[in-house]
Amino acid sequence: MSKYYQPEIETMPYEEMKKLQDERLVAQVKHVWDNVPYYRKKMEEKGVTPDDIKGVDDLHKLPFVTKDDLRECYPYGLLAKPLGDCVRIQSTSGTTGKRVVAFYTQKDIELWEDCCARAITAVGGTNEDVCQVSYGYGLFTGGPGLNGGSHKVGCLTLPMSSGNTDRQLQFMTDLGATIICCTPSYAAYLAESIHEQGLRDKIKLKAGIFGAEAWSEEMRKDIENKLGIKAYDIYGLTEISGPGVSFECEEQTGMHVNEDHFIPEIIDPETGEVLPLGEKGELVFTSISKEAFPLLRYRTKDICVLSRKKCSCGRTLIKMAKPMGRSDDMLIIRGVNVFPSQIEEVLIAVGGGNITPNYLIKIDRVNNTDTFDLDVEMSEEMFSDDVKSIAKVENAIKDKLRSILGLGVNVHLVNPKTITRSEGKAKRVIDNRKI
Amino acid sequence: MLVKQVSAFIENKAGRLNEIADVLANSNIDISALTLADTTDYGIVRMIVSDPEQAVLALRESGVICKITETLAVAIDDAPGGFAKSLKTLTDNGIEIKYMYACISHAVGKALMIVSVDDPEKAQELIASTDAGKVNPSEIYRHI
Ligand SMILES: [Zn+2]
Repeated sequence: MSKYYQPEIETMPYEEMKKLQDERLVAQVKHVWDNVPYYRKKMEEKGVTPDDIKGVDDLHKLPFVTKDDLRECYPYGLLAKPLGDCVRIQSTSGTTGKRVVAFYTQKDIELWEDCCARAITAVGGTNEDVCQVSYGYGLFTGGPGLNGGSHKVGCLTLPMSSGNTDRQLQFMTDLGATIICCTPSYAAYLAESIHEQGLRDKIKLKAGIFGAEAWSEEMRKDIENKLGIKAYDIYGLTEISGPGVSFECEEQTGMHVNEDHFIPEIIDPETGEVLPLGEKGELVFTSISKEAFPLLRYRTKDICVLSRKKCSCGRTLIKMAKPMGRSDDMLIIRGVNVFPSQIEEVLIAVGGGNITPNYLIKIDRVNNTDTFDLDVEMSEEMFSDDVKSIAKVENAIKDKLRSILGLGVNVHLVNPKTITRSEGKAKRVIDNRKI
Repeated sequence: MLVKQVSAFIENKAGRLNEIADVLANSNIDISALTLADTTDYGIVRMIVSDPEQAVLALRESGVICKITETLAVAIDDAPGGFAKSLKTLTDNGIEIKYMYACISHAVGKALMIVSVDDPEKAQELIASTDAGKVNPSEIYRHI
């Protein structure tokens, strides 16, 4: 078996890839102009016609698409193919407002599953493997995507869906699953259960593909140690197709973007201006192969960095770093970009557990300088009868944050359950600056 | 002898210490000794109570972060210099003293010192053979 699922694409020299992207982009722009009145109107408003788009270098001329556009067009407004050609919908879990529904033709499903097959092959998956898919099945893209990819690779596929941990562990041990696909938090939970039940010697797992939520390097190490596997990241979003928009290879230093189907850009979230390669900004995707629901310049709100550094795996596909947060969540304190996720990583590391201590970021402006305070709820793990030991924990949080952010922060330890939680989700930031 | 000390985390806000006293009173737990170590943001309450295990259960149920640690109870001699001698015995043998506070034994009307050390077991061995180490448990935990 090859170490690549589609070697001709995955190791294609960039000049050739760019030519492929140019062709597909030109065709895609014409496709949406002809078939989606909403796109045509947006382009006309910006004074752009398909004739202006001759290739990837003209991509920046196109208007952005945001989640608000998707909501406004719900459900059929962005559909670019007759319903008769569509075979599937998937949907986001949409916590607020209207759901987002995405449509797929058979060809769209094929290319999505190809992307997932590339991801499974990249973690060493072959037709000899038993692949346990423990993502949810249904409207959520996680289960169906990896399921299809697993079939394409030829793995024996266990369509477990999520939940029912006892059954998961029974199939995992009885059928000798070698690859597991699920969310990182469920992987951590399974790892804990395997550890508790002393099943470590009975499992045959070698790799895990974990995505659909943010996770830290600490969590990766923890899962890898507890299960004795390699844990790989996968990225995707329903709007673009689902998991497999990008995937990690054996180097585990970022995810290769399937750029023959999805062109990534990094923009300044404030100005919308395209940033040079290697700079941090908001990730934007253009799907150039999809038929039914092609999005041009879709703003993901994920903040990340792209790189074309040569990868030791031999793939030439551009790599994206693990998103470091959402542009919505980004704070600018004394000119420094701060993401709550960075603070969470520090607290997990210092707390020494898998649980994030509850915290609250408080920002204000005093004498034209930003003040940065962090309330952290005390936990049994951090507590001691000795002031010195507690001070050590406080200082560890301060020092780590200073080294990561380059910012001084005032840490305050507070009583547990004093930071308000609403609907299970804690409010993380109070910004009192009046600018 | 070694005594189980209950320590609890409190924010430096009015009423927090009252809350802890109320929780213990409602569980019929008596406090023999109490001391507060505080910083600008928070404090640590250290207590000798009649039933340490029950106290921790009751406090945790009320959402208080707390723990039990072994500390050394040293009797204060009537003769001058007695306690100093006990301390010297400990420090001369490499025991590090983290903090200490006084406690009145209701049973015998005697003063005791509660001493937190880095190695309670060893400290106990050193003190046990001296007069200062002969503390009856009933002098500390009032209900025992
Ligand atoms: Zn690679």
